[in-house]
Amino acid sequence: MSTHTLSVLVENSPGVLARVAGLFSRRAYNIDSLAVGPTENPDISRMTIVINVESHSLEQVIRQLDKLVNVIHIAELKLEESVQAELLLVKISATSKNKFDVDAVLETYDASIVDEDSESLTIEATGDAAKISDLLNALERFGIRELAQSGLVAIERGSGSLADRTLSTQSIPTADSGQADYQN
Amino acid sequence: MPFTKHNYLVTDPKDIPKAIAEAFYIASSGRPGPVLVDIAKDALQKETDFEWPKQLTLPGYHPQIEPENQAIKDAAALIAQSLKPVLYVGGGVMKANATKELMQLAELLGAPVVTTLMALGSFPDSHPQHYGMPGMHGTVGAVTALQKADLLITLGARFDDRVTGKLSTFAVNAKVIHADIDPAEIGKNRFADVPVVGDLKYTIAALIPALKAEFAKGRADLSPWLAAMNKLRATYPLGYDLPKDGSLSPQYVIERISAITGPEAIYVAGVGQHQMWAAQFVKYENPRTWLNSGGLGTMGYAVPAAMGAKVGAPDTTVWAIDGDGCFQMTNQELVTCALNNIPIKVAIINNESLGMVRQWQTLFYEGRYSNTSLESKRVPDFVKLADAMGCVGLTCDRMEDVDAIIKKANSINDQPVVVDFRVFRDAMVWPMVAAGTSNDDIMIARELAPDWDSQEL
Repeated sequence: MSTHTLSVLVENSPGVLARVAGLFSRRAYNIDSLAVGPTENPDISRMTIVINVESHSLEQVIRQLDKLVNVIHIAELKLEESVQAELLLVKISATSKNKFDVDAVLETYDASIVDEDSESLTIEATGDAAKISDLLNALERFGIRELAQSGLVAIERGSGSLADRTLSTQSIPTADSGQADYQN
Repeated sequence: MPFTKHNYLVTDPKDIPKAIAEAFYIASSGRPGPVLVDIAKDALQKETDFEWPKQLTLPGYHPQIEPENQAIKDAAALIAQSLKPVLYVGGGVMKANATKELMQLAELLGAPVVTTLMALGSFPDSHPQHYGMPGMHGTVGAVTALQKADLLITLGARFDDRVTGKLSTFAVNAKVIHADIDPAEIGKNRFADVPVVGDLKYTIAALIPALKAEFAKGRADLSPWLAAMNKLRATYPLGYDLPKDGSLSPQYVIERISAITGPEAIYVAGVGQHQMWAAQFVKYENPRTWLNSGGLGTMGYAVPAAMGAKVGAPDTTVWAIDGDGCFQMTNQELVTCALNNIPIKVAIINNESLGMVRQWQTLFYEGRYSNTSLESKRVPDFVKLADAMGCVGLTCDRMEDVDAIIKKANSINDQPVVVDFRVFRDAMVWPMVAAGTSNDDIMIARELAPDWDSQEL
């Protein structure tokens, strides 16, 4: 078993997430994380899916995903060929006494305080899975009250883009009368 | 989602034409499959201007029709070298309307042809290269041809567990050419040495000249392989014993329906023992003359499917071969048949049981029958039921009456006909590869394996 990051371009239409999620649950593929968001093209959304499978099943996952009519393109983003990041929001117990210690940790991990009151601090950080996990370890001693973490998002390094390589959206002609012979 | 190829939920009436146009295109292209268009009631009640789309844009849907040249060349090279090739033909050949091409390829190569449950009729049963159906209830010849092959030329088949038996022991010495229009089928269950994605009509048509070119350079001698396989096939033909208590044999009934009605008719079955016997004992010569639900295992399929077949081919005789369990699920559709002049014929193979499950309970659960007995051949009275639904009801429980009853049913063309064949309850489907076991352990009757020592394989 190994972890793979898939970048999946899908039509931006209702129900697509349900189809993808349904496929994963039906085929018993395990999703580590899933993030959905817009792309540079308003008709297309990007799903970044992290899965933990054997390489044989990875091929199956990709082919099954590709079978969904609303899925336009799928690429595996290898760690060394992509930039990957997660967003973390974490609320810790903090008082004026330990504020200095917290600041030291935040500096190390390039994290920042986005909300605070007399008892707690809310910290925002981004980075790859290892960095986020290290930061959480470092913050543990202050007492973690709550945390929210996004799925991983990733993008290919360099100037290329997935959309460039996406198959052209050629149109399929229909007969005028609505009586097309579809038996090709 | 799980059992449609795609689906739409339409909530705005202006989207209806586009959804319908796309639905028909998707359903009938690529790997064909049903598409559901669910139109909300409020969308149906609103008004809109009808505008049929001039063109469709489906950026995520591009079925690959033409196979890649290199794949065809690789496949042809592998075939020409193979000493023990088998054509493993699935339902995809039928869907691609590629049966003529299949015949050319098969005769060019001369190898054994096995046709799966979904492919029966894609290659004539009477052809000397035909070895029958492989799989759990396949012929010894077809099962063994796959097991002993050095090359499986897989055309529109999917290595279903009903064909492979225990996968790790399936055709262990064979390389695999896997041609299918659906890339997700390739490598799903069995590694493909040569994957060929494309419409089988194009794939097989391309393979024929490529193979001829390879043969021009030289070809392997298949005669030892064919001699061994032909001997095996001749030793273990399909067969059955007549019941010792004098009751009616279900296999005999089905065999006679086929013999009397002929291979131009369309045969439809439900799910269970009667389905397997209909697969084994009806002689199929033509494509699209055998309809069944295959891997979906849909009990109750026969009557409505026969109705559809008869509407599609009104001049063709359509026989639904159904079980008494299956028939109870959808027989109300006979009312539709009667009221709309759709004169199908239904043979109920009535063994007062859910026979296939009962067979498993006999063989694997020490005869602890659980919920498989339907109690009585007389209740419900299928003749009265048929009559009540506007059909002709006939009944038969003696071997000597079978031919006359079938001829009588065939002579009635203005009403649906239901024949209640009251058959031997304990008949079993043989051969059988028990679920989860190896195809090497095929049994031709209870506790009876083929005599492998007498064969040179």
